Amino acid sequence: MSSQVNTGLATLSDQLILATVLLYLAAMIGYALELAFGRVRTVAAAKRQPVAVGASSADVLPSADVLPETPREPEPEAWAVRAGGIAVVLTWIAWAGNLAGILTRGIAVDRWPWANMYEFVVAICFAAVTAFLVLMTRQPIRFLGAFVTVTAALGLGFAVLFLHVQAGPVMPALHSYWIAIHVTAAIVASGLFILAGVCAVLYLIRNDDRASVLPSRKDLERITHRAIVISFPIWTFAVIAGAMWADRAWGRYWGWDPKEVWAFITWVAYAAYLHARATAGWRGKAAIIVSLVAFACLLFNLIGVNIFFSGLHSYADVPS
Amino acid sequence: MTVPPDTETTGTPEASVAIESAPKEPARPVGLGVIGWLRWGWRTLTSMRTALILLFLFALGSVPGSIFPQRGVDPDKVAQYFANSPTEAKWLDRFQLFDVFTAPWYAAVYLLLFVSLAGCVLPRALSHVKEIRRKPPAAPRNLLRLPYGEAFEGGLTVEEAAAKLRRKRFRVVTGPDWVAAEKGYLRETGNLLFHVALLALLFAVGAGGLYGYRGNVLVVEGDGFANTVAAYDRFMPGQRVSAESLTPFSFTLKDFQASYVGSGEKMGQPLDYSAKLSVQDTPSSAPRDVDLKVNDPLDVNGTLTYLIGHGYAPTFKVTDGKGQVAFDGPVPCLVDDQATYTSECTIKVPDAQPTQLGFVARFLPSTVPNGNAWVSIFPAAVNPTVQIIGSFKGDLGLDSGQPQSVYVLDSDKLKPLGKMSAQPAAPLALGETRDLPDGAGKIQFTGVKEWITLQTTRDPGRLPALGAAAAAVLGLVLSLMIRRRRVWVRMTDRKVTVGGLTRTEGDSGAFSEEFAELVSLLRDSQDSPDSQAPQAGDRPAAAPVEPSTGPDEE
Ligand code: HEM
Repeated sequence: MSSQVNTGLATLSDQLILATVLLYLAAMIGYALELAFGRVRTVAAAKRQPVAVGASSADVLPSADVLPETPREPEPEAWAVRAGGIAVVLTWIAWAGNLAGILTRGIAVDRWPWANMYEFVVAICFAAVTAFLVLMTRQPIRFLGAFVTVTAALGLGFAVLFLHVQAGPVMPALHSYWIAIHVTAAIVASGLFILAGVCAVLYLIRNDDRASVLPSRKDLERITHRAIVISFPIWTFAVIAGAMWADRAWGRYWGWDPKEVWAFITWVAYAAYLHARATAGWRGKAAIIVSLVAFACLLFNLIGVNIFFSGLHSYADVPS
Repeated sequence: MTVPPDTETTGTPEASVAIESAPKEPARPVGLGVIGWLRWGWRTLTSMRTALILLFLFALGSVPGSIFPQRGVDPDKVAQYFANSPTEAKWLDRFQLFDVFTAPWYAAVYLLLFVSLAGCVLPRALSHVKEIRRKPPAAPRNLLRLPYGEAFEGGLTVEEAAAKLRRKRFRVVTGPDWVAAEKGYLRETGNLLFHVALLALLFAVGAGGLYGYRGNVLVVEGDGFANTVAAYDRFMPGQRVSAESLTPFSFTLKDFQASYVGSGEKMGQPLDYSAKLSVQDTPSSAPRDVDLKVNDPLDVNGTLTYLIGHGYAPTFKVTDGKGQVAFDGPVPCLVDDQATYTSECTIKVPDAQPTQLGFVARFLPSTVPNGNAWVSIFPAAVNPTVQIIGSFKGDLGLDSGQPQSVYVLDSDKLKPLGKMSAQPAAPLALGETRDLPDGAGKIQFTGVKEWITLQTTRDPGRLPALGAAAAAVLGLVLSLMIRRRRVWVRMTDRKVTVGGLTRTEGDSGAFSEEFAELVSLLRDSQDSPDSQAPQAGDRPAAAPVEPSTGPDEE
């Protein structure tokens, strides 16, 4: 393991991440303009009747029961829609900047670039935006853009301001291919959970009785559920991969290290959410709140555990 | 779920899919017989609501385990807690909050959870076996009232429709003028696999605890270790482990090397550890060289030895007041500061005459003067020195029969040698000797060795646990990603109606796509006037209809 760091690339990485923050903010403004001056949605009061469904709505996520969205204004402002379009382009550019920032850091230090808190948070923001962009190619979820980009910008800003450490080599415990497996899975799952968390918060904000720029609660609930259904197995895998790594590195696959405890709590909380919906039949607010409790556990595990508890996870390299 | 619960079973009662386990409140016991109460208790325990509550309790119960130090993880921290706030610690201990994960109340929660799980899963497994062979139910009367429905004109025959659906891997049953088809049985299978795998995981973990052991040992360079209970500093066997069952390997630590970042912001951060061992797998086998590293344990027939920690063991030669060498060897020192490896050493010389001698010293691996003191600035032994902080004579208390830590001097019966000076003397450089006051002899700092701490683990439950975990993930993916869905087709003189429903959470978007595709596939028959409709799927040749309803995806 070399301790050589390519400082030029490391600096470039830091600059790329800064530029990414600004681009996410710019994109956020575009999305916000579209939300503010674009289409307003109301939820049809009529209870949905099971109706014949044609192929026309088949490519929409909520398709089967898309609630009729009646524009309150005759037509959304054309420029507002264009602002949204520009925001999407900006998001892709920012995404590329985020990716480049991660790659340059990895090349600069010649290892997987998620071995400390700073790198980990940067990667999670990247994963959340990726999840959003990928989903957007298939589902009409552009309305989420403002919230996802502002979350990513805040996350990156937090990382840059409070967590940043110089690019450098890492502790011997992190010299393992398991970092590629365990941490990558945790990052992907966390990105999706963040997407779900954003939707869940919007659900609580959305009032179906009033017209709003947000989609109906039902659509928000569905996206929340979908994201969790996808990420739960990935999280499960991440926890198991972590146990396998612990078996290599620490001499036991499970030892109730604080990080392990909270990963487990998070897992149980998301499982409780899935059960609440699948088997206990909870819908709406109750289920959403369970998902937010689980999300809070996730965030606490990502950040709080590293700050408040000392454990074996040596990546938790928070500058003091 | 896309469809509000009240509309999803629109259609006839038999249209509801049998995999649903509704959150029924268990009926109160009728009358008061013991059997009635037991039955009620069992039903309550195995109900989903109880399981959910237990699941929450399980998570909640784990929280204190991350807040308070745990005996099984870090006993020293627990002792420290007792020293710092004794009353609080006593109360915490009363609730077993220092042993959360082995506490009876914690065990009660997860055992109840798993009994609940078993009580729920086993009956479901049985009914699932029947379910797998069951044919889809007959078509309900009004297909258009199902969550998905569509009608069109066309000359579709029952055989054609059945063949088309079978080709889409549906399980199909036909009637005089209808076709019933169902798909997605693997969802339930996956769900059961997941829950059974959780049970298996619990057993594997439990068995590993019973039949496995863990031991810690500190080894100094040049020394050896043989895998026997007595050789360990700390040995934690499962209930079913006997001393004879330990794998009889042994090794010598030839050399330990650590490398560190030499400059910059991360100066002193460890880069790599490597312990060179000469290992004998059995007493009679030839020694082999092993390079033990972090993340790369030594494996001897399933008994794994891990490199856990390291530190310095400076060597000393103590000559007593009678001119005899009373001590000559390494003294493992406790690391005081991870960044610089400044270490605390306790040297006990029980063989010294006329009285026993004891020393407290500080080891500095990379010594630099700092004002009128000395500090270490780097973890590697670049300029090692030893600072004698205290010298004592008297009774070390080793004969009292009380177990004693090798890292602490029991100062009850010890007297300082000479006068204690406020300032510790200049450190001893390598090879340097210092005369002791009162003619008690002299001490020489003769060399630097390193020690490593090792953990040896044998856990026969590891691989079964891994298998169970893998099965759990597989089951989870199947049960979350596969949709259980039914489609019916009814033909009455050139009018075809198609209805469908899914009971799977959240992804009816995908099902409506599939449904639309199926409808256009069914529409697309040769003599249909509507055949200009979008064509999806394969074009059916008039396939012969198999009479049976073979299983589809199992
Ligand atoms: C006593 C304990 C448990 C009982 C009685 C129970 C029961 C059930 C039942 C009846 C289902 C049916 C879902 C369906 O077919 O739609 C289910 C699904 C599921 N269970 Fe459990 N379960 C228990 C414990 C657990 C635990 C400990 C976990 C993991 C932490 C878990 C994770 C899941 C998941 C992920 C699903 C799929 C949820 C979905 O379909 O969206 N279960 N469980």
